[in-house]
Amino acid sequence: MKFKRKDFKNIILYLIAIIGAVAMIFPFLWLVSNSFQAHVFVIEYPPKLIPDNPTFENFIRAWTSNKFQLYFLNSSFTATTATIGAVICSAMAAYAFARFEFKGKELVFTIFLLVLMVPDVVTIMPKFLLAKTLGLRNSLWGLILFYIGMNISLNTFLLRGFFESQPRELEEAMVIDGANPFTVFFSLALPLAKPALATVTIFSFLANWDEFIWALTIIDDPLKRTLPIAIYSFQGQHGTEWGLTFAAMIIALIPVVLIFISLQRYFTSGLTTGAFK
Amino acid sequence: MSIGFKAQRKILPFIFLLPALAFFIVFQVYPLLKGFQMSLYHWELLPDKVSQFIGLKNYINAFTDPIFLRASKNTLIYALVTVPGQMILAMLAAVLLNALPRGRVIFRVLYYIPVITSWVIVSLLIRYLFQSPEGLINYFLVNVFHITKNPILWMNKASTAFIPILILGIWKGIGWSMVIYLAALAGVPKELQEAASIDGASSWQNYWRITFPLISPTIVFTLVMLLIGGFNVFISVYLITGGGPMQQTEVMLSYAYHQAFDYLDFGYGAALSYTMGIIIIILSLLQIKLLRKPQEIYA
Repeated sequence: MKFKRKDFKNIILYLIAIIGAVAMIFPFLWLVSNSFQAHVFVIEYPPKLIPDNPTFENFIRAWTSNKFQLYFLNSSFTATTATIGAVICSAMAAYAFARFEFKGKELVFTIFLLVLMVPDVVTIMPKFLLAKTLGLRNSLWGLILFYIGMNISLNTFLLRGFFESQPRELEEAMVIDGANPFTVFFSLALPLAKPALATVTIFSFLANWDEFIWALTIIDDPLKRTLPIAIYSFQGQHGTEWGLTFAAMIIALIPVVLIFISLQRYFTSGLTTGAFK
Repeated sequence: MSIGFKAQRKILPFIFLLPALAFFIVFQVYPLLKGFQMSLYHWELLPDKVSQFIGLKNYINAFTDPIFLRASKNTLIYALVTVPGQMILAMLAAVLLNALPRGRVIFRVLYYIPVITSWVIVSLLIRYLFQSPEGLINYFLVNVFHITKNPILWMNKASTAFIPILILGIWKGIGWSMVIYLAALAGVPKELQEAASIDGASSWQNYWRITFPLISPTIVFTLVMLLIGGFNVFISVYLITGGGPMQQTEVMLSYAYHQAFDYLDFGYGAALSYTMGIIIIILSLLQIKLLRKPQEIYA
């Protein structure tokens, strides 16, 4: 009797969980379904979740037309380069914060944190003028250099916490054996920090891959577009071609979902060691 | 010739810090200071014109600008609706998943998908779903549930145009808080709850008397983070309504952006941004107190 009541309770719990899951992923189901419909200029009435004549046409057109492959390449290059740069710089800085004593350490770190909290849009006008002065408008390097600047404080914050949680003994033993601090950092501390590095690499990469406002602001040249800008530019070019937009969205989403699913555990560990959205 | 040990110890931290500090100063700190300077000027974009120093005039103008006041109100509404909305739903989801005997991971992944999707994609998707008159939401309201007779023209009125933005803000954020709450719930000692159950506490009492007080630091932490995120709202407004109709759905950042890049008034745009920035800084100072020892929060 009691056993049955427990079963009943579990069924209800799963039912609610499933309803919740549907609400969370419904827009994506709709996105996928619509991307397989030919010529979605207006919405079919009544709407159908499973299209009548599913077709890859939108994907093929999105991928081959509108220089989409170039945009994919631009995004890949920009996000990868910026992420590598940001992770190396912030790993070194975080190590300095965690292991060395120097004047003004906590003050500098507090400034890092405060600036981290200021939304990037707040400073977008002076950044725009700076990019103009440096000749970085309409250039992928204009995106990369600023993205590194945007990533650094969060990465440093997360990595400092990690380095501080590690025991010092091994590093000290190496120093006593005569190794210089750079060897200790690159051959011992950094390899040991792999899980934390993976976490910040993922967060930085996703942030850079998805970045929209800065790219919108400094990129006018259609040849320098990244994916978010490209997707946005499908809007209203010739009316909105939703089918094409959806296919483009899915292509842009694929790397994100792959990274998320294969490296899922790093997301949770990143969230729970620090503070990030 | 090697440098002395003592000198080396002094230079060393600086060498490690140098690359990060260089990027940080050039691309973050300098713009922050420059922006403040701009906000005190009638800023001329053309190089041959001289920008005029006008003190706090841009800030004073902001407080008599009806659209800015409207934008501030909208930002506040956004924060006041989406923050509790996310927290309550995320907590319900966390407690629910925590009670599942198995399959927690798959649900956690599904609930987290909106968090990892870019704002551009979900904003455009929501706009598509709320299209008028023949969007999917209208289809459900009119043809399936018969709640209204005629399709709602969402984007024609400020009051309805803001609804998709609010829904998106809540929906996209649930997974983030939920994962944090799940971690906090996992840290609550099982013995305490079992002991309370043996003493006859219901699961409701168990939650409010034992679990809730133990995870309250985490709740405060998410509250401040979400408030900061809430004041940050920008892309969804920019892409869903564009601030329209008649600039009635502008939020602080979207209005500042429009001032700068559509009306080319950089000084005023900067002043508007900084007004926002000050609010965020105040919230952040509060946050740093919580962040200093993250292990305390998750102990």
